[in-house]
Amino acid sequence: MKVIGNDTQRVDGNALAKARSVFADDIPHQDFLYLKILNSPIAHGKIISIDTSKALQLAGVVTVLTHEDFEPHYYTTAGQGYPEPSPRDTRIFNPVVRFVGDRVAVVAAESLEIATQALGLIEVKYSELPAIFDPREAIDNSTIIHPEIEDDEFLYDAQRNIASRVTANLGDVESALESAEYVFSGEYSTPFVQHCHIEPHITLTWMDENERLNIRTATQVPFHVRRIVAEVLDFPISRIRVQKPRIGGGFGGKQEILNEEVCAAVTLKTGRPARIELSRHEEFFTSRSRHPQQIKLRIGLDKNQIITAIDLYILENCGAYGPHALTVMSVTAQKTLSMYKSPNIRLHGDAVYTNLSIAGAYRGYGAPQGFFALESLMDEIAIGLNIDPVELRLKNVFSPGDEIPIAEILGEGREGYKTILNTTGIEECLHRGKELINWDKWAATPKEDPLQRGIGVAAACQGSGIPGIDMAAAFIKMNEDASFNLLVGATDLGTGSDTALAQIAAEVLEVPVEKIIVYASDTDLTPFDKGAYASSTTFVSGGAVKKAAEILKTQLLRQGEKLLGVSGARIENGVIAATGKHISYEDVCVKSFYTEEQMQPMATASHMSYDSPPPFNATFAEVEVDTETGIVTVQKIVSITDSGQIINPRMSEGQVEGAIPQSLGMALSEFMIFDKQGCPVNTDFNSYHIYTATDMPEIIAEFVHTTEPTGPFGAKAVAEIPINGPAPAVVNAVYNACGVRIRNLPITPEKILRGLGKI
Amino acid sequence: MISFTLNNIITKYDGEPGVTLLEYLRHREIFSVKYGCDHGECGACTVLVDERAVNSCLILMPSLKDKTVETFEFLNDSAELTNLQQKFLTTGAIQCGYCTPGMLLSLVALFRQNGPPSEQDVREALAGNLCRCTGHVKPVKAVL
Repeated sequence: MKVIGNDTQRVDGNALAKARSVFADDIPHQDFLYLKILNSPIAHGKIISIDTSKALQLAGVVTVLTHEDFEPHYYTTAGQGYPEPSPRDTRIFNPVVRFVGDRVAVVAAESLEIATQALGLIEVKYSELPAIFDPREAIDNSTIIHPEIEDDEFLYDAQRNIASRVTANLGDVESALESAEYVFSGEYSTPFVQHCHIEPHITLTWMDENERLNIRTATQVPFHVRRIVAEVLDFPISRIRVQKPRIGGGFGGKQEILNEEVCAAVTLKTGRPARIELSRHEEFFTSRSRHPQQIKLRIGLDKNQIITAIDLYILENCGAYGPHALTVMSVTAQKTLSMYKSPNIRLHGDAVYTNLSIAGAYRGYGAPQGFFALESLMDEIAIGLNIDPVELRLKNVFSPGDEIPIAEILGEGREGYKTILNTTGIEECLHRGKELINWDKWAATPKEDPLQRGIGVAAACQGSGIPGIDMAAAFIKMNEDASFNLLVGATDLGTGSDTALAQIAAEVLEVPVEKIIVYASDTDLTPFDKGAYASSTTFVSGGAVKKAAEILKTQLLRQGEKLLGVSGARIENGVIAATGKHISYEDVCVKSFYTEEQMQPMATASHMSYDSPPPFNATFAEVEVDTETGIVTVQKIVSITDSGQIINPRMSEGQVEGAIPQSLGMALSEFMIFDKQGCPVNTDFNSYHIYTATDMPEIIAEFVHTTEPTGPFGAKAVAEIPINGPAPAVVNAVYNACGVRIRNLPITPEKILRGLGKI
Repeated sequence: MISFTLNNIITKYDGEPGVTLLEYLRHREIFSVKYGCDHGECGACTVLVDERAVNSCLILMPSLKDKTVETFEFLNDSAELTNLQQKFLTTGAIQCGYCTPGMLLSLVALFRQNGPPSEQDVREALAGNLCRCTGHVKPVKAVL
């Protein structure tokens, strides 16, 4: 392969390095209306009255919209395939508020200052209702958060506050646990954590000269934005164009229709261009976060330390509304139960409503919570059985050719598909990681009081797209200089996927990658793509690009044969050649355009896969615990990943290096705090601490090679898999260092000191 | 009314005193300066004021009297920035690119102040530029 596997420079690299105006907000907006949302100050209550008259009297205020301006229509903000397997529990504005931050009204004004000032002039009277803040108290509580929803097939039981339920059974867990030689169990929990993409949610809308609604927005899901905005505003899809320019990070936070429908509503009402941007403060409690989960896990093993039963219970806090509630929990279970062979599996998961901020999609999509629990318990088992933690994992992982039964039992909101594991590099990942962390020599390292050092390991898997659902399409057309326009609906959210797709096209067409001109994520001009989530772009969108390029290549060969008057042409050194004759790509295109056998060389293709081959990862952590202060410092992370054939090694390394601090944050420094009234407390980067350049430990990121037969050129996904391992590896390393087992994230100095019996 | 130098041009300001340099610059369509937090915590709005990298969201316009402001646009073709841009590109230090202008300006300020920086110098120079994509691994590697 000539292009696949190269460190091709990003196709958008120059524009980004030069800070050209490529982001959503980087366009002049003198005529735009500035929007500000009035957020609920209470966690649960009915709106008795809203008086907007004073706000409307303020000079510069153009309109104020509330629930009184819209017919009741229930939808989900989750940017998923249709029909979205998330509850229809959201209204654009609702007469009942369900968390501090729920949308009450929007002000549109001539400036941001006026809009902000007008918020204070809206008079709202609430009748407060009791609120639920503890997910353990949600089910069958006398307070019902969505009492009015009765007939939504995607809401499990509104009257019991259960947004979603997922169950699965394989074999007989109870009797397997009874007859197991060893049974280990643990209860684990994870907090609300935030995506913290540095570009906030930003949307601009306007009517164009043909009276079509244009939405320029920082989204991972432009086609879902178009469909859901059309649905909510009862406006035809044919009159909506969604464009995603470069976006400043997403990590799942932008897999959501967050404010696009509000901004569009203002433009439709006023005819004016409108702009809405969340402040960082608003980002923290009115956007989305990672679902907190409480997980109970029991694992039975036989006398040879082989797992015989896994019993998994998940209680998921989805906050006040349920976007992604079911599917995140399904992924928690589906991924963790795809890691180790077990003939007996039982799963019960409930996603429950509380009166707290809304959770949603966040890189890993439930798997980080599940692997924190699973890999913590695996460590406890290894210690309990006095076996090397790596050895315990190696004894129990799936091997190539094994069927992964949970994948068929549990799919995306419905049954999945029969799945045979084609490729797994997990053994090699574990072996290589052991070498790089010096695993076998570690036990001999002397410990110096009060600073104790330890190491830990975690293994993990993920998926490559959503099987049987995710579809992507690509369109390629040729130009006279043998360049090719590649038009894809796929959505590069900063990952470099546009570049990876260009590499795939270049490899097939046997041209330098500079010859591929990528244009993406424009619902008017590019074909459909499900969007950027579920680690799908390389695998699913890449599959579409490869197919389209192959069709076009065949077309060029046939056209070359016609022009040369020969048969059996092939591509040699960048030209179409047969029996002593040859014709360049350029000549084929020029002749095809203007003189002979006229046609536009072009091709389209769609791709959907019933396979979602799991990428694997082994993460090793070295930590230092100060046993006097309880402060944990991560010294080193070794992350070894099997993502199949790597399309672009440097960009793939970047995915791993970026995922690690997000997981370290969940382990050590990131958690949203709410007061007793459900008000968010830490809504800025000062009090919500993400890893900075000076916090980062030494990082070693490597890949092992496998060739996945179902992926383009053997590729599997890379975006999410490296986020699953660091948190449990750190937790296990902390135990190794000081003997304190943390089962509730984050690890705080207080928990360490309590564990040490010092406070 | 104050005057200050913006990208080598003497500029007068007699607007509202509560306007921040970030608001002013974006209103002037100087779009390399990004909104990220409005609290001086993320560094996306970094500019150089009298050669020091500062968060423009924390600078009120009247405080710029007689000062010199440089934004990315002014430095874009300068040798000091071009060199860093090239290193960022070849190292793979740019992912989404939203925080890149701020990071690069922090590094420009670092290189103006000192000789060849140590790794710790680079990390400290970038500590005020939050980046959620790269883990700062390649941005640090790019300039060492």
